[in-house]
Amino acid sequence: MSLPPVPQPSAGSETTTSDAPAAIKVQIQGLNFFYGNHQVLRSISMDVPALQVTALIGPSGCGKTTLLRCMNRMHDLYPGNRYEGAIRVQPDGTDIIAPEVDPIQVRMRFGMVFQKPNPFPKSIFDNIAYGPRIHGLAKDSIELDEIVERSLERAGLWNEVKDRLEQPGTSLSGGQQQRLCIARAIAVGPDVILMDEPCSALDPIATAKVEELISELREQYSIVIVTHSMQQAARVSDRTAYFHLGKLIEVGETKQIFTNPIHRLTEDYITGRFG
Amino acid sequence: MSYERDFTVRPEPYQKQQEGRAHRRGTIDRNFRRLGFLLTLATLGILGILLLNLAMNGLARIDWQFMSSFPSRRAGEAGILSAWVGTLLLMLVTASAAIPFGVAAGIYLEEYASKNRWTDFVEINIANLAGVPSILYGLMALGLFVYQFRFGQSLLAGGLALGCLVLPIVIVATRESLRTIPSSIREAAFALGATKWQAVWHHLLPYSTGGIATGVILAMSRAIGESAPLITIGALTFIAFLPPAPLISHAPFVSGEWLFSPFTALPIQMFNWVSRPGEEFQSNAAAAGLILMVITLSMNAAAILLRRRAQRNITW
Ligand SMILES: Nc1ncnc2c1ncn2[C@@H]1O[C@H](COP(=O)(O)OP(=O)(O)O)[C@@H](O)[C@H]1O
Ligand SMILES: [Mg+2]
Repeated sequence: MSLPPVPQPSAGSETTTSDAPAAIKVQIQGLNFFYGNHQVLRSISMDVPALQVTALIGPSGCGKTTLLRCMNRMHDLYPGNRYEGAIRVQPDGTDIIAPEVDPIQVRMRFGMVFQKPNPFPKSIFDNIAYGPRIHGLAKDSIELDEIVERSLERAGLWNEVKDRLEQPGTSLSGGQQQRLCIARAIAVGPDVILMDEPCSALDPIATAKVEELISELREQYSIVIVTHSMQQAARVSDRTAYFHLGKLIEVGETKQIFTNPIHRLTEDYITGRFG
Repeated sequence: MSYERDFTVRPEPYQKQQEGRAHRRGTIDRNFRRLGFLLTLATLGILGILLLNLAMNGLARIDWQFMSSFPSRRAGEAGILSAWVGTLLLMLVTASAAIPFGVAAGIYLEEYASKNRWTDFVEINIANLAGVPSILYGLMALGLFVYQFRFGQSLLAGGLALGCLVLPIVIVATRESLRTIPSSIREAAFALGATKWQAVWHHLLPYSTGGIATGVILAMSRAIGESAPLITIGALTFIAFLPPAPLISHAPFVSGEWLFSPFTALPIQMFNWVSRPGEEFQSNAAAAGLILMVITLSMNAAAILLRRRAQRNITW
C-alpha cells in the first residue's frame, strides 16, 4: 500500500494551543499486545502530550479499547494477556508495563472512565471517597470531605449533589453517573485520565456536559479518549490517532487529521467511506 | 419388509391439514395447562393436608409445659426442651462452620481460581457433594469427628456433620450471588487501584450478602430437619438434661463445654415418639413435627423475602 505523497509535518511545526510545544506525558514505544495468541496491537509507537486531549479513533475492533487498557494495566486482571514494548510515563520515564512495576501504582497515576457509567452501589460520598480511603490519601475525615468536594467540584457535579451525598450513586441520571465516575477517578489524584467512549451511553445533553467537562479537565490532566464519534474527536481533542487493524496509521494534530489526513485509510474513515 | 410412506398422496387438502394441526396443538396446550394446574394444586394440597393433619393432632399439645419439659415416659408430662435447645445449638455450630468455609470457598472458586481442569473437577464434585445421601455425611462425621478428632457423640460433631452436609448449598449460593455482580463493578474497583482482597471485601462481598444470606437460610432449613446423620453419629433419643450453659459466671464468661455435650434434636425426638405405641405419644410427635414444619416454612419465607429485597435494593 503506498502512501499519498503528502509532506509529513515535522514535530516542530505543529501548533499547539500553548506557544511552546507540549511536553510529553506518555511515550508508547513499539507496543505489541496479545490476548493469548491473538495479537491485537502491532508495534504501536506514539506520544501522548501532557495537559492535552488525545483522541483514539478507528473502526470498531481496531484495538482502541485494548490500547487504552494497556495504559492502566487493566489486562493484568485476566490470564493469558501479554504486553511487549514499553509505555513510559514522564517525568520519571518509568515503563509502566514492565512486569516489576506494581499495577496498583500505575492505576493511581492513570485514572479510568468506562464506556458505561459504573458507580458502586454505595452513596455518592462513598463512591468518591473509596479511592482516597484505600490509598490512605486523607489523614482525617475533614481532609476526606475536602477531597470529595474538590473532586465533585472538578467534575462539575458538586452543585447538583451537595445536598444528597448520602444517596446512592446509582440514583443519579446517566450523565450524572458518568461525571460521578470521572470525579471518582480524579479523587485518587491521577495525572492521566483514560476514557473509553465515555458518552456512548449518554443522551446528547449529557454528552455535551461531559465534553465541556473534558475541555476543563485538560487544564490539569492529560486525557486519552476513545471515541467512535468523529465529531466528538474533532470537538474535544487536541491530537487524534487513527488506528486500523491493530496498527497506528496516523497521529497528529486533530485539525490536520480531519482536514488534511496523510494516509488514505484515515481519509476514507473520516470521510465516512467505511467504519 | 419395506414400508415406504407415499408423500405424494395427501389425504386431505393441505390447508385443512395445517388447520387441523394448529387446532390439535391448541388442544394439547390447553390440556397441558389444565394438567399442570391440577398437579400444582395436588402438590399444594398434600402440603396443606400434612400441615392440617399435624395441626389437628398436635396443636392442642403445644403449650408452655410442652416447651419447657424434658422427655418423659408419661406422654402427658413429656416435652421438647432438650430437643429444641439441642436443635438451636446444633444450628449454631452448623452455621459457624458452613458460613465461613462455604463463603470462602465460593469466593475462591469464583474470584481467585483460574479456570482449568482442576477447578472444573472441584466444581463438578461440589455439585456431586450436594447429592450425597445425608447418612453418608453421618458416617464420615462418625469416623472423622467422633473418633479421629475425639469430639465424641457431641453437639460439635453433630453440628459439623450438618455443616458439611449444607456446605455445597452455601458455596453455590455464594458463587451465584457473586456472578450477578457485573464485571464492570470489579473493574471500577481495580481501576482505582484496589487489590483483589479489597475488591472482595469492600465490594463483592457487601453486594452479594443478600444472596448469600438467602442461601444460608435455605441451608439451615435443610439442616434443621435432618435426622439420619445425627442418628449415625449417635445422638441420643432420650435426654433429660441440658448442655452446660455457654455463658458462665466467672472469667472468661464464655464456655465451650456445651460443644462436647451429648444432645438430642427435634427430628430425633419426633422420631422417638413416633416409634412408640400409644396415641398420646403420637400427638407429641405431631406437635414436635408441627413446630419443625413452621420453623422450616418461616425460614424459607424469610429467604424469599430477603432475596426479593436484595434484588430490589441493588441496581447496577
Ligand atoms: N478479552 C479479549 N480476548 C480476546 N480478544 C479480544 C478481547 N477483547 C477484545 N478482543 C479482540 O481484540 C480486538 C480489538 O478489540 P477492542 O480493543 O475492543 O477494539 P475497539 O475498542 O477498537 O473496538 C478485536 O478484534 C476483539 O475481538
Ligand atoms: Mg472499544
